[in-house]
Amino acid sequence: MANNSADLPVIDTSVPRAGDVSDLTTEMASAADYFELLKPRVMSLVVFTTLIGMIMAPSGAGGGVHPVIAFTALLLIALGAGASGALNMWYDADIDANMERTRTRPIPSGRITKESALGFGLTLSAGSFMCLGVFVNWLSAGLLAFTIFFYAVIYTIWLKRYTAQNIVIGGAAGAFPPVVGWAAVTGSVETLPVLMFAIIFFWTPPHFWALALLKNRDYTENNIPMMPAVAGSKNTRIQIFAYALIMAIFAALPALLGYAGLFYALFSTALSTLFVAMSFWLLIAPDERQAAAAKALFAYSIFYLFLLFAGFPADKLIGI
Amino acid sequence: MREEFEGTPEWNDELLTRRRKRAAVMGWVLAGFVVLFFLVTVVKLGSNIVQRPL
Repeated sequence: MANNSADLPVIDTSVPRAGDVSDLTTEMASAADYFELLKPRVMSLVVFTTLIGMIMAPSGAGGGVHPVIAFTALLLIALGAGASGALNMWYDADIDANMERTRTRPIPSGRITKESALGFGLTLSAGSFMCLGVFVNWLSAGLLAFTIFFYAVIYTIWLKRYTAQNIVIGGAAGAFPPVVGWAAVTGSVETLPVLMFAIIFFWTPPHFWALALLKNRDYTENNIPMMPAVAGSKNTRIQIFAYALIMAIFAALPALLGYAGLFYALFSTALSTLFVAMSFWLLIAPDERQAAAAKALFAYSIFYLFLLFAGFPADKLIGI
Repeated sequence: MREEFEGTPEWNDELLTRRRKRAAVMGWVLAGFVVLFFLVTVVKLGSNIVQRPL
C-alpha cells in the first residue's frame, strides 16, 4: 500500500480543542490531592488487616520473611489498595459529584482530572503488582492483582450500579488484605486467613448498609441500587441483623477451631455480642431513633473490626 | 502562541508553588523507592553474595 502521508491532514496540536484537558487544570492538584485519591481511611484498615495477617502467619520452619521484605510487602499492598481507590474515584466521578458525602473529592471538585486519576491508578496497580511479585512472591502479587480487579472492575464498574447485592459481593475486595499479607509471608493460604477473610466479608454489609441507611437519599437520587433504596429500611435492617449474626459466628470460629486461645474467645465474644445487640436495636428502634442507631452501629463497626483483629496478636502475645 | 480556554486558570504564584511542592514530594518518594529497592536487593542477595563462584 502506498504511503499517502503527504495527503493526511495536518493537525495543529499546539491549539487545544473542545474536550481537551487543559495543562493548567492538572497543575491545580497538590500532592495531598493525589494522596486523597488513594482513600487513606480505607487504606488504613487495609494496612492494619494486612499487618495482622502477616503477624499471625507462621514464621518458623521455612516461613517468615526478613523485616525489610515484610515492610516492602505491606507498603506495596497498601499502594495496591490505594490504586483501586483511585480507579474507583475515576469511574464514579459522575455520581460522586452529586453526593453530599463525596462531592469534595479531588475529581468532582476539579482539582484532579479524570485522566490523571486513571493514569495514577493504573500505574500504581501495575507497579504494586510487579514489585510484590519480584520482591516477595507471585502468589501474594496474584491475590493483590485480583483484589484490585475485583474492587475496580467487578464492584465499581459492574455491580455497584447493577444490583442491590453490590456491597455483599464487592465486600470480598476488602476482605482479601489479610489473605494477601499471610501469602506474602508464607507463600501459601491456610484456614486462619480464610476465616479472617470471612469475618471481613460478613462484616461489610452491616457496616456499609448502616451508612447507606443514613445516606439513602443520595443513593436513591443517583440511581445507585443500595439495599435501603431497593428493599426499604425495614428489610435492610433485618439483613443487617442476619449478617451480624453470621459475622459473629465466623468471629468465634478461630477460637473454636484452635487457631486462637481463651483471650481471643472471650474478647471476640464480648465485641460480637455488642455488635449483634446494636444491630438488633437498629432493627427494633422506633422511627425517630433509627438514624441515631444506624450512626452508632456504623461508628462501632469500624471500632469492632480494628479491635477484633488486634485481638489475634494480643492473644498470641498473652498465650492463654 | 498557545490559546487558553475560557474559565481555565492562568499561571500564577499559587499554581507555581503547587507544582514545585508536587515535584519535591515526587522527588522524595522516588528517593525513598531507590533506598527501598537497594535494601530489598541486598536482603534478597543475602549471604549468597559471598558464595558465588569466583
